[in-house]
Amino acid sequence: MVRDTLYARSQDAPADRGTARTNRLAALVRWETAVVLALLLVVVGASLGVDGFADGRNAEFLLLDAVAVLLIALPVTLVVITGEIDLSVASTLGLCSAVMGQLWLSGWPLELIVVAAIALGAVLGAVNGLFVTGFGLPSLAVTIGTLAAYRGLAFVVLGDQAVADFPTDWTRAAADTVAGGALPWAMVIALVLAVGFGVTLHLTPFGRQLYAIGNNAQAAAFTGIPVARAKFWLFVASGAVAGLAGVYWTLRYASARADNGEGLELSVVAAVLLGGVSIFGGRGTLLGVLAGVLLLATLRNALQLADVRADTLDIVTGVLLIASVVVPNVVALARARRRRGRPT
Amino acid sequence: MSAADTASPPRRRPTSPRSGRGGGLGRLGAARELGVLLALAALVAVTAASNSRFLSAQSIQDVLLSAAILVVLAVGQTLVIVTRNIDLSVGSVLGLAAFGTGELLSSAPGTPIPLALLFGLGLGALCGVVNGALIAAARVPALVITLGTLYVFRGVDHSWAAGEQINAADMPRGFLDFGTATLLGVPVLALLAVAVLAVVATYLRSYRGGRELYAIGSEPTAARLSGIPVGRRVFGAFVVSGALAGLAGVLHAARFGTVDATVGTGIELQVVAAAVVGGVAIFGGSGSAYGAALGALLLTTIGSSLAVLRVDPFWQQAVVGGLILAAIGLDRLLAARVAGRPGRRRVLHGA
Amino acid sequence: MSPQSRPTPVPFRTGAAVLALAALLATAACSGTTRGDDEEGGGGDRATAEADPDAPLAEGLAVAFLPKQVNNPYFTVADAGGATAVEEFAGEYKEVGPSEASASSQVSYVNTLSQQGTDVIVTAANDPNAVCGALNGARSAGASVVTFDSDASPECRDLFVNQATAEGIAEIQVQLIAEQIGGAGQIAILSATPNATNQNTWIGLMEEELAKPEYADIELVTVAYGNDEDEKSFQETQGLLRSYPDLAGIVSPTTVGLAAAARYLSGSEYRGEVALTGLGTPNQMREFVADGTVESFALWDPADLGYLAAYAGAALASGQITGSEGETFTAGELGEYEVGADGVVVLGPPTVFDAGNIDEFDF
Repeated sequence: MVRDTLYARSQDAPADRGTARTNRLAALVRWETAVVLALLLVVVGASLGVDGFADGRNAEFLLLDAVAVLLIALPVTLVVITGEIDLSVASTLGLCSAVMGQLWLSGWPLELIVVAAIALGAVLGAVNGLFVTGFGLPSLAVTIGTLAAYRGLAFVVLGDQAVADFPTDWTRAAADTVAGGALPWAMVIALVLAVGFGVTLHLTPFGRQLYAIGNNAQAAAFTGIPVARAKFWLFVASGAVAGLAGVYWTLRYASARADNGEGLELSVVAAVLLGGVSIFGGRGTLLGVLAGVLLLATLRNALQLADVRADTLDIVTGVLLIASVVVPNVVALARARRRRGRPT
Repeated sequence: MSAADTASPPRRRPTSPRSGRGGGLGRLGAARELGVLLALAALVAVTAASNSRFLSAQSIQDVLLSAAILVVLAVGQTLVIVTRNIDLSVGSVLGLAAFGTGELLSSAPGTPIPLALLFGLGLGALCGVVNGALIAAARVPALVITLGTLYVFRGVDHSWAAGEQINAADMPRGFLDFGTATLLGVPVLALLAVAVLAVVATYLRSYRGGRELYAIGSEPTAARLSGIPVGRRVFGAFVVSGALAGLAGVLHAARFGTVDATVGTGIELQVVAAAVVGGVAIFGGSGSAYGAALGALLLTTIGSSLAVLRVDPFWQQAVVGGLILAAIGLDRLLAARVAGRPGRRRVLHGA
Repeated sequence: MSPQSRPTPVPFRTGAAVLALAALLATAACSGTTRGDDEEGGGGDRATAEADPDAPLAEGLAVAFLPKQVNNPYFTVADAGGATAVEEFAGEYKEVGPSEASASSQVSYVNTLSQQGTDVIVTAANDPNAVCGALNGARSAGASVVTFDSDASPECRDLFVNQATAEGIAEIQVQLIAEQIGGAGQIAILSATPNATNQNTWIGLMEEELAKPEYADIELVTVAYGNDEDEKSFQETQGLLRSYPDLAGIVSPTTVGLAAAARYLSGSEYRGEVALTGLGTPNQMREFVADGTVESFALWDPADLGYLAAYAGAALASGQITGSEGETFTAGELGEYEVGADGVVVLGPPTVFDAGNIDEFDF
């Protein structure tokens, strides 16, 4: 670890690189501030303009709906910061849910099933990681493949039947709130994990290495950062957390199904990018992603309460996803052009 | 392909698609297509051994008809993937064009078929313009943009349809007959797909623009430095991919005779799989339209075989996913062997 | 329930690692919760109020239809029937729902509706259990919950409006195919997905029906699954015809499957040779009845189904009924209905459509 710190620091050493990073950091802070402001704006606007929004029960519903996306967004943030992507997370969730159902049918104790589901998620993540780091394949292609394969396996495992006879004290616990208030316990767990991932990313040498990898993987490798190993473990983490999200999903909806969480990868990627993580890697903070997740969830909840149709909600999500990559890039391009245009 | 090659190219270049990457890779590409062909032959042989009717004229017609739509989509996807991009919105574009054409034909039953085809093509091209403009102008990864437009186009489709369904009885008889018609025993839709394939393959193989797509996919920076209009070429590839998805939408309407807003949902995975299985490298720069079409034919035949062999249909998606992984793994392995160096070359995802 | 035995699924290939972990944890978890430990009922709070059969229908009821997915043509028609009914009893109608028919997607819509203080929620459940908690939450917030088309678990709704009895649906389809193939020969079923509850109930009852002596000469050779997708249904139909050269008829108890099979047969050499019937909508099938591919098929009127469900919800919300067996209410022009066992109301026998009557229907 000490050695790693050294290399991480040496990575920062060149002066121009340092200033470039300061500039980027400044831009980033602005983007994140914008997302947080947008979140506040939506909350205030919806509280004033939408009946039934500013209400403890609604807050509870909103947070319960956000838990799965938030959970998965945590490791995916780290993956994207290294310049890779994991599109298979929703299928991992589905496969873990299907396996949970099948194991429950065959009489395993639920405590063990939960552990097995998370372990299975980790294994599925390791498969992604192996393809990406071991064989040097692009993560986009690999995880599109496993997106199809894991979802397919989920259907092979459970067909389209639902396993629903999980004990009610477990399913109730999944939606239980702290002291009967608006904050679900599941959200507390997700936030604790968020702190863990945040500390790892922002306060440890490992976290700094991830940025270095994302900025320039080759340079990072030359400075001795174990690029492949770091990426591999991020994919494992991504799978394990997706497995955990599968457990939550199964219990919250009291239903183990192969199609659970279908299409969730879009919400996750949208939230991560909206939160200011660069799709090219090397940039982004966990706090921004947290704000991105909450912004998307709040917007959806408020629009739904305002009786906006589902088609429009999908369009809004898609447009936000596109805007969150196009806007910063266009701004950067314009700025670069202006700078180049200026006589020196 | 070196920068000098493309600086002053002649109008037509009689080279093979992969010649730019050296003779080794050229042979490799041909071997790759041969491999798919062999897999196809093996699959047909196994299925036919268990059920001889699988080789009946009607059965072959059915497979060709089923494959036609996927072939058109896969050929369009090839243009995009070759430039190291991806178009995930094709399923939504197909749905939008299918519904739009259905709507056109049910409100104006006199519309001639070529006009209906052009209408779908145009609608798809419009979607492609949206994709291409965002990607080429803002220089953002196609993956993210087309993932976004996948939802946007589908949402537009849903709002337009508003739960309406267009049925066989709403569409002119001539259009429906076109969907099942045959010429000398070959389905017309399949002939159309072959025509599309021939045009795109020739363009990729022998025209300057097509060659430049490969150059862009191999080394985007080098391509830009050598004066290739990268933005315009990528834009064009997305417009054509959109247009072909739109055409596929019309074919879908003609073939199934029932259209609602959910048509084509999720087909993008099959399309990407078809291209990749057919040897179109996901990291750009190599592969041919013929390979993608073969991949599409293979995937369709797998679906038909599973049905004839009475295998649980739930296996199909797992098989598709497995094939994608196997194909990209195999490509990497072969490329590494041909290049004579370990397969550790770093490849960027996205654009 | 599935009539065809599928290969036993392999839970996962990567079992080794998990097994090692399992062995490690087995001791720790030996006192764990296993299936069957928990027998506590889900327990919705049933309305305890007395029914007042003479109570008038309340005006201004907020009635919301939550179909499996919006933009589904079948539910568009059903919900439109509901809208007609709501207009008749001067309520406020709206239709909300997810754009994809997944188990979990309806939950946040139920929550939203209960948050909005909706009086009546009429829903078709994508998953009988996933929506349960949310529906009970809405009921304790004062909403009356009616399911239609696809039921939720009985303890989380007040009434289920069933389109037809499962027996009725099975009987009519067997009767139709028997007539069309002349009472003898091989038949196959083209279903939706292997685990679709409705489908499998009907298929099971059709098998029972076929066991009767009058159908002794009919052999059900297999059940194929088109997954309710056009392309897959096409391929499965083709597969059936290849695998069973002597096939005399196909029954498809799903609208997607029936339309796809009809479209395939009408353009193939099998048109008129192989009989086809099942459940379909007149608009989808009109073309194929006209060209002789399909002689007759059956379905209920989805608009009537929505209409009845809306009236049932209004009757609940107005206190006319509580959902107990034996209560009666009037559903506008459809007349009087009685609540059966388990809070189920049956719309009536399915309608058979053929060349003679198909043009009287538009849905």
